Parts: sequence; C-alpha cells; structure tokens
Amino acid sequence: MNIKKKLLDATRMDRAIRRMAIEVVEKNRGIDDLIIVGIRSRGVPIGERMAKEITAMEGTEVPFGILDITLYRDDLTTIAPQPVVKPTKLPEPIDDKVVVLVDDVLYTGRTVRAALDALIDFGRPRKVMLAVLIDRGHRELPIHADVIGKTVPTDANEVIKVKLAETDDEDEVLIMEK
Amino acid sequence: MRASGLRSKDLLGIEPLSPDEINLILDTAEGFKEVSERPVKKVPALRGQLVINLFMEASTRTRVSFEIAEKRLSADTLNFAASGSSVEKGETLIDTAENLMAMRPDMIVIRHKYPGAPKMLAERLPASIINAGDGAHEHPTQALLDAFTIRERLGRLKGVNVSIIGDIAHSRVVRSNIHLLTKMEANVTVAGPPSLIPTEIEKMGVRVAHSLDKAIDGADVIMMLRIQLERQGKLSFPSLREYYNTFGLTEGRLKRAKKSVIVMHPGPMNRGVEIASDVADNPERSVILEQVTNGVAVRMAVLYLLGGAHLSE
Repeated sequence: MNIKKKLLDATRMDRAIRRMAIEVVEKNRGIDDLIIVGIRSRGVPIGERMAKEITAMEGTEVPFGILDITLYRDDLTTIAPQPVVKPTKLPEPIDDKVVVLVDDVLYTGRTVRAALDALIDFGRPRKVMLAVLIDRGHRELPIHADVIGKTVPTDANEVIKVKLAETDDEDEVLIMEK
Repeated sequence: MRASGLRSKDLLGIEPLSPDEINLILDTAEGFKEVSERPVKKVPALRGQLVINLFMEASTRTRVSFEIAEKRLSADTLNFAASGSSVEKGETLIDTAENLMAMRPDMIVIRHKYPGAPKMLAERLPASIINAGDGAHEHPTQALLDAFTIRERLGRLKGVNVSIIGDIAHSRVVRSNIHLLTKMEANVTVAGPPSLIPTEIEKMGVRVAHSLDKAIDGADVIMMLRIQLERQGKLSFPSLREYYNTFGLTEGRLKRAKKSVIVMHPGPMNRGVEIASDVADNPERSVILEQVTNGVAVRMAVLYLLGGAHLSE
C-alpha cells in the first residue's frame, strides 16, 4: 500500500483531541455523570487522552473505561480465524450516566452498532455520544458522530491508517491507497 | 509468532495442540472470564449455532459447565444422555451421531467411556467435536482450566513445579495435564500407590516420587486426584483408610510444603480419602472452587475459537 497523504501529524492530532475533549464538556454543560469509554483497540488511547484533557481542564477526574466489541461483531460467523477477545473494563455502573464512546475512525458504522449493543448489556445510560478522530464517510448504517476530530472525504479503495504513540510508537494519520 | 486460530476443527485432546494454541485458548479465556461478572452474563458470539451435548457417561460438573458456557455465548443447546435414549435400545454410537448430525449441529461436546470415541466422530462428521472426557485417554478442557488457574495465581506456567497425586494410571485428567504442563515447560511430579503408577510414565517427561512428602517438597501446585470409589471392589490398595494415611493431603502434611503452595482438585472430592476437609476448605491454599469458575471461561474460549468460520470449509 502506498502512502497518499498525511492527514495529521503529532501536533495537529494533539490539537484535534484537545478540541474533541472541550466539545464533549461543552455539549454536556460540564462533566456531571460523564464516562469516557474507548473502543478497543485504537479508541482506547484516544479516549484516555480525552479523559486526561478533561480532567486537567475541569480539575475533577473523569471515569474512563474500555469496551471490547469482538463478540458483538456482525461478521463473526463469516471471518476466520476468530478475532482475539479481550476483557471489557468499565469503571462504574453506566445506568443513568452519559457515556461518550470513542473510536479512531468512523467508516461503515458497524463497529459503533456493535459497541452500542455491547454497552446496553451493561446497563441503561441516560445518553450515549460518539466521538471519533476521523470521519471518512461511506456509512452502511444510520449512525453519526457527535464529536469529530477531522472529516475526510475518501474513496472506498483508500485506507485510513491511524498511528498512536501508545501502540505504534508515533502519532500520525495517513491515507493509504490499496 | 503467536497462533491466531486453532488449526483443527475439533478439540480431541491436548496432545495435538501446540504451545501457541494453548496460549491462545488461555488468553481468550481471560477475555471471557469478565463476561461472567457482568450484570447481563451473555454475549451474542454463537447466536444461531446449535451445540449438542452428548454425554454417554455420568457427569455433572463438566456437563453443567459446558452448558453454562454455551448459554453465555447465546448458542442453542441440546442435551443428550445415554440413559432414557435410543442408546438403551441398542443404537451404535455412529448411528446416534449420524442421526444427531441430521439435525445440523455446529458443534458436538462428547463424553464417552471409550477412548477414541470423539476422534471417531470427528473423522465422520462435519461438526466440530469437543472431547469432554473419553475413557482414560484425555479430558482437555479440564487440563486447560487447571492451567488457566495456575497461570492466574502464579502468573506463569514455565518453570512451575506441579505435583499430581493419586490414581495416575486410570486418570484422563492426569494424561491431559501432563501433556499440557510439559508442553508449557512446567516441571511435573507424579505420586501415588505403586499399583496406580504406570511403568515408564517417566517417558512422558515427568518425575515419579514415592511418597507424598517427597512429592510436595518444593511444589508450587499440588493437584490431588479423586480415588474412584465406584471402583471400590477392585481397589489397587488395601483400604481407603490406609490410602488416606499414606497419600491423603492433611493440614499437617501441607505445613511441610511451600508457604505459597496452591491446592487443586478436579472434583468431585472424597473428603477424608484423598484430601482432608480443612485442606479443601483452606481459604488461602485451596483454589478448588476457582477451578470451577474458570472452567466456564475456558470452555467459552474453546467454543468460541472452534465456533467461527473454518478456513477449510
């Protein structure tokens, strides 16, 4: 795969995540009942960074959790081998809370569909919001994001590669061509 | 390189598995353990799949554990026991299995008194076959849940000293455990009455100790086996009392072991035969009930890993 374009470097990614954190607080008029939940795997470091920004901004710690959606995928019976299952870790009961789901790229919307099903098995949040670093379009389900780092029109044969220091040693977002 | 899937469509024993595959099952089980702690203890991973539990030999713990695992994965389950079925009318295992296969199950969990019965089904049927104990051959999910429990408690398997005590000759649990623990580079010692230790067992890579004290000296894990009371008529030692005095694990004997040692038992226990009540109930040392809890997570992992799409199909 060839690199077609660099969408974000480390500085711009940092800014985007900070703005996403501010927007979450703004849309909820504060941080009451807020829980940030990262979707495995790259939603986790992004969610963690947002939670850290909000904590620094508001002076109160925001609870952070991790959601593994593997078992809720709609293609589980057609893909092989089976994807690796890891634990879901939620810091507290989500009943009546405002849950902000965080992922790296919003594409078909199927991951978010699975995440919503997984989340509902843990309780009944008052509200669920979606925050993504990149929205690349091409939805296959009626799902939209509430907070977006960057919107990028893409072709179906392109791949968005999000690299994060925590998992890939550096921060950048690239468009690759198949 | 870590394994990303299991090579076989079946789980017939530990012997054919690679260390990578064993690690994959144990790692996957960690993810599944959390599911049993949720308010809604159910995930849709095997929705629409039919699992038949074919138990041709008495079993409560294993059957119930498999059934819970299947239900937590949203599979449809059907229990088939030998008593009260066509087996009593003289149907052969193959006919029974082919009739069940006509109902299009995705997986069959089988327990049978004859070694090799699961293999015979695996070769004839397209469904995934999971061995839940076949005669004195293997009981792979028991060994996997034992390994999971050891790894959870001690953080590793490599280099861990495991002593297995009891009827080594007739136990499928021992065979599966020896295969698994030696593959994962643990050090295995077996002990029991000489009549219950097979000759040349050392060839499986284990050490034989001739007394309980020697077996538990330096052990990190003591695994007690059940003396099969139903075989009382043909016991291979003089009496149960003598067995308890020679090989029964008591608090007094446990004091001579490492302070950090954990005590395991695959169940069902005979209190006062192979294990003293106060040892079985010792909250620091005994992990017997943890084994039961972990059994569900490990079986969920196996069902999940075998239940997906198969490359060969």
